[in-house]
Amino acid sequence: MTTLDTIGHGPWREATRRLAAGEARLVSLWGDGDKARMALSSAGRADLERVDALCVDGAFPSVGAAHPPAIRLERALCDLYGFTAVGARDKRPWLDHGRWPIRHPLGAREANAAAAAPYAFLSAEGAGLHQIPVGPVHAGIIEPGHFRFHAAGETIARLEERLGYVHKGVDALMSGADLTRGAELAARVSGDSTVAYQIAFARAAEGALGVAIPPRAHWLRALMAEWERLANHLGDIGAICNDASFALMHAHCGILRERALRAAGQAFGHRLMMDRIAPGGVAADLDAAGRQALRDGAALVRDRFPRLVELYDNTTSLQDRTVGAGVLDGELARRFGCGGVIGRASGSAFDARRDFPYPPYDELTFDAPSLSEGDVNARVWVRIREVEESLRLITQILDRLPAGPVRVEIGPSGAPGEAHALVEGFRGDIFVSLRLSADGRIARCHLRDPSWFQWPLLEAAIEGAIVADFPICNKSFNCSYSGHDL
Amino acid sequence: MRRVLFEGLIHSPLTESAPDADDPELAALAQQVERAAAANLGRSLSIRHVDAGSCNGCELEIHALGAAFYDLERFGLRFVASPRHADVLLVTGPVTRNMREALERAYAATPAPKWVIASGACAKDGGAFAGSYAIAGGVGDVVPVDLHIPGCPPNPAALLKGLLALMRGKANPSVSAQRGRGKASGG
Repeated sequence: MTTLDTIGHGPWREATRRLAAGEARLVSLWGDGDKARMALSSAGRADLERVDALCVDGAFPSVGAAHPPAIRLERALCDLYGFTAVGARDKRPWLDHGRWPIRHPLGAREANAAAAAPYAFLSAEGAGLHQIPVGPVHAGIIEPGHFRFHAAGETIARLEERLGYVHKGVDALMSGADLTRGAELAARVSGDSTVAYQIAFARAAEGALGVAIPPRAHWLRALMAEWERLANHLGDIGAICNDASFALMHAHCGILRERALRAAGQAFGHRLMMDRIAPGGVAADLDAAGRQALRDGAALVRDRFPRLVELYDNTTSLQDRTVGAGVLDGELARRFGCGGVIGRASGSAFDARRDFPYPPYDELTFDAPSLSEGDVNARVWVRIREVEESLRLITQILDRLPAGPVRVEIGPSGAPGEAHALVEGFRGDIFVSLRLSADGRIARCHLRDPSWFQWPLLEAAIEGAIVADFPICNKSFNCSYSGHDL
Repeated sequence: MRRVLFEGLIHSPLTESAPDADDPELAALAQQVERAAAANLGRSLSIRHVDAGSCNGCELEIHALGAAFYDLERFGLRFVASPRHADVLLVTGPVTRNMREALERAYAATPAPKWVIASGACAKDGGAFAGSYAIAGGVGDVVPVDLHIPGCPPNPAALLKGLLALMRGKANPSVSAQRGRGKASGG
């Protein structure tokens, strides 16, 4: 990662220009001390670039003004640090709902005396338009968030999301914590991506300390990551079909998912594989029985899954709901640097496992399947293909798992350190930027969920659809609330 | 589709009559749930889930409870879409300050008699997030809690055990006390 000059905001403005011109992809934007920072990736570069803006009098030039994907990250940064994004068009708070006892928890903290002000939703005007407020408590067993629809009859004229309900202050809890505590928090940023977050945090910590971990640890991490992807995609494929009231698919996918969770429980001692990865390696080795449980689990999915794919493909009443629904324009997805299933269903080919390879993926054979239709159906099919790819990867890993230790002791290096990691979770690329003090404690840890660049696109994809299609479109995106709100 | 449906007809159910073939404890538990539900609630208990700030791990395991292996509904236990239809609020997560009012309103909207289950380590006392400026506390700091189910997250078997404990009224003396109050904070 290249650090550019922080003075004068010239590099910051140039980076903003490149983002707006489509020459670079925004990886994240966050605050640290008296600086606003961003990370970018661009074609032809094997590493990420980082650009800083020193905030003079708490102000930095807005990136979101020229490059909309930065808007919400910038609003969150301003909430947490009390900075001002000069030139920003949307100055509304994002994570801060006016209910915290303090303001600017990561900056100059001050008591929050004011009562929570009503949120100014964007408006839509026209004959016959009405509003439908939904949430934060939803009808299903899902996370909380608010959706404000402006609809003309059944047709959605505008959807605006309001998030931040599950903001837990993870960044502030990280600051000053040791790495063990940091790993515990990282594992709980988004429970469905606990493995991917644990890997990203551990990789950043190992980078900051200059520690190399044993090969077997890398392979076991990838095994868990692919198992997590497999289990989540199985759940999502079923749940999307369930939102078209096709319960049969949901039931069968649910059975495979439960088998996968039980196998993970047997192999790793936790169904979701929480707290199984630690900076320095993995928390526990995989024994022969665990290896067999995973082999059996993978064999079962390999046997049963094809007939479910056939069921999906041959049920026209189901296809009627998924084909052509919630189309996400490929150009918009590219502009937002949208990763994961959502990006790859809209023509993007980005996959951190391949584009910023980390061990052991550089030694494994796999595809990152991509489609261009961008509808619910394409998002289902990308998931189907990724289930197949994960099965391939799991087989390769189980066959070739190197022997040896699974963990090295880590300790403070005696000097401050800084590193980042980009890890492909089931939802997309997770970015972690970690700065350690000389005593090995966390000075600043920023974790960016892929959902930051996916949630805004749901608003675009749903425009012009009917309200009744929202649940299936939303499920096909399956963005994280907790990972985003942090 | 015919093939899948046909196979469903000729194969024995996946639902574990002992709900989990390798866990006799759970099998016994399942029978007890059925008896207790019949005795106390006329064979039905409606549960409304509220995520007050969880990491989503708890939700994944609550979902798993609906899978064919556990088949919660055979006990008369079912998840409902509104607190107004619910007997039980199953609350997950630490309560974030941004969700506090929503939880209070969900509780107020639940008709009495009602019970609250705080599910998971965070719901007890904030768990890994305790002490944050953004956390109001555990569920019990915001609404009266009748039962806590431990785990991070509680797995489906632990959730079933918790529901059983609640129905047998042993979890907490306040269960019966609260039932007696009847009209308290009804929606």
